[in-house]
Amino acid sequence: MDGVRRGLAAAAALITASGLLAACSANADSGKPELVWYINPDSGGQAAVAKKCSTDDYTITTQVLPQDANQQRIQLARRLAAGDSSIDIMSIDPPYTAEFANAGYLADIPEDLQGKLKDQSFKGATDAATWDGKLVVAPFWSNTQVLWYRKSFVEKAGIDMTKPVTWDQIIDAASKNDGKVAVQANKYEGYVVWINSLIAGAGGEIATDTDKGVDLTLGLDSEAGEKAAGVIEKLAHSKAAPPDLSVSQEGQAGATFGSAQGAFLTNWTYIWTNYDSTQPEVKKDIGYTRYPQTVAGEDSRPPYGGIGIGVSSHSAHVDEAMKAVECLTSPESQGINAEMTGNMPASSAGYDYPALAKIYPEDLLQLFQDSLDAAAPRTVTPYWSDISGGIQSTWHPPASVNSSTPKESQSFIDEVLHGKRLL
Amino acid sequence: MSTTTAGRPGKVVASDRAKAENRLGLKLVAPAVVVMLVVTAYPMIQALYLSLYRYRLTTPDDKEFVGLSNYLTILSDSLFWQDTVNTVIIMIVTVAIELVIGFAFAMVMHRIVFARGAIRTSILIPYGIITVVSAFAWQFTFSINNGWVNSWFAWLPWIGPDTNWFGEHWPAMFAIMVSEIWKTTPFMALLLLAGLSQVSEDMIEAAKVDGATWWQRLWKVILPNMRAAIMVAVLFRALDAFRIFDNIFVMTRGAQDTESSSFLTYRQVIEQFQLGLGSALSVLLFLTVLLLAWLIVKLFRVDLAQARGEG
Repeated sequence: MDGVRRGLAAAAALITASGLLAACSANADSGKPELVWYINPDSGGQAAVAKKCSTDDYTITTQVLPQDANQQRIQLARRLAAGDSSIDIMSIDPPYTAEFANAGYLADIPEDLQGKLKDQSFKGATDAATWDGKLVVAPFWSNTQVLWYRKSFVEKAGIDMTKPVTWDQIIDAASKNDGKVAVQANKYEGYVVWINSLIAGAGGEIATDTDKGVDLTLGLDSEAGEKAAGVIEKLAHSKAAPPDLSVSQEGQAGATFGSAQGAFLTNWTYIWTNYDSTQPEVKKDIGYTRYPQTVAGEDSRPPYGGIGIGVSSHSAHVDEAMKAVECLTSPESQGINAEMTGNMPASSAGYDYPALAKIYPEDLLQLFQDSLDAAAPRTVTPYWSDISGGIQSTWHPPASVNSSTPKESQSFIDEVLHGKRLL
Repeated sequence: MSTTTAGRPGKVVASDRAKAENRLGLKLVAPAVVVMLVVTAYPMIQALYLSLYRYRLTTPDDKEFVGLSNYLTILSDSLFWQDTVNTVIIMIVTVAIELVIGFAFAMVMHRIVFARGAIRTSILIPYGIITVVSAFAWQFTFSINNGWVNSWFAWLPWIGPDTNWFGEHWPAMFAIMVSEIWKTTPFMALLLLAGLSQVSEDMIEAAKVDGATWWQRLWKVILPNMRAAIMVAVLFRALDAFRIFDNIFVMTRGAQDTESSSFLTYRQVIEQFQLGLGSALSVLLFLTVLLLAWLIVKLFRVDLAQARGEG
């Protein structure tokens, strides 16, 4: 009986193995390469673009990465470090671009394509995609945050939203009128996005001299850092803080904004269509303006997010993949993706895609583009994950932030970068 | 398991035939030993080797031999000690509570007369659920937005609709421990049930005839006779609890200082790509588990042979 079973198992294993081999060789022999594009999860935009850009010479198929940006980075980096050739094209979150490029995971983009991408993209998008003087990924979509507010609340509180507002103003207004200011302050990358914008809005920068590797210059322990800490401290200890502040990500913040106490929200562009089917009454009540100022009178620097598309240096089809990337990041493709996902184009030409004008009011589309022009990308350095992790460790929970946080945070990150501390 | 005829070494002089059988036995197990070494020893040696380097996966050119400096960095870092303390607290609290509840469950499963199968199965269900799934379930349970803990227990003075369980250290630790206890108490109950069924009914009967109360029978007859089973259960669960990871990963991601030792190791190796520091941490984790197992076996004088029913 056991013998029979073992024989069956062996036969099954053989059949499976030969099937796999057959599948591999079929791909290799057909002459039409399959380019595998690892994408971040979305509502179908990237898959649609992949279909559109497939040609007689190659087909582009998509594989979905984990939801969390850091998990996407982990999966891609571990496979690329092992020389996995099954990845041809990948969607990369901007803070990790430099790390991948520096490690040699990304194939060089041809000069002429670099020029074309630079010409069409927003400055913020180009900056975030550049490492060591070269464009290492193709900007695909660019995201930015604006200040969303509830018109009814603002009316009740009597604030003039036509002029630039500061964090102080919205926190005070919400505290006095029983409203909440929803932000992203869980212990994750989204919290660092907020901190980065607060610091940049006060004229500072988290890190400079990035070409020096771990010896880069940190700018947390500065006046700008203290201003940023001041805003977080004030919100965390005010009545305007949502009870779930310390665990809030984009979704929780969106829910707070949609609740009866919702007043202000800083969040990405897709919030505009977030309540369409679930809370149409909230949708009608949404107003929007430029990201709040850290320091009164100084222009705010909204967060920059998005996706750049890179080609793996281990891919067997680099040339085809480059052609595919050119198509995937064309303004039209960016428009199609934006229409389906709410993730806005990385180029102003992409904003001309007709369908977008039907979904978004003209002034909102203009606001997105102005915000992108003014956006402050997170520091482009291969060591961003250490810096970000260090900030998350020292600035979380928000209620623990005070005037000494920037200084402590800076010395902690410095020790982490030099391998003297655990993160 | 084994039924070798060789007898105990040193006591019996082996015959030629026995020696030949031994040699044959060695040859037969050799492939398995080689596979075991490749699978278990190789990664351990690799970890030991890597732990002597400063080595980051994404900057392979900066690989540098640093000797024991990784260990020094770790042992002098407050984060390491804080995470170790967290892990020990989780281990002691969960094992203690599980021992009590698990024993109660074991008694129920042992003595139950009607619907025995159904009740035994329902007690064991949590253990059949994947830890990640149970962690998500408990995260939703304690969630400030849609969990039922805040509404069901609103009558307690310190719980309200705005109680953010994952917003502070101790409430977050509490939630993590609750999920761990819920998940693994059945395992404890199962181990104790095995011990309970080994206690001779005659002894309990004799104690009854002598006029011992239920309480006396429990403390003087049942528990002493179950000592080996209890200690094995404690040993297994303590080592299991010491490597707690999934619940923390799902519920807090280590926020509010709820990290455990294995979570710290995970973050260094997987998230930070710090192969050197991470390997040093995993070596330390391995040594700690070894020490822990040795301590429990020594302290409670667990006779594993007896527990296996060989004694």
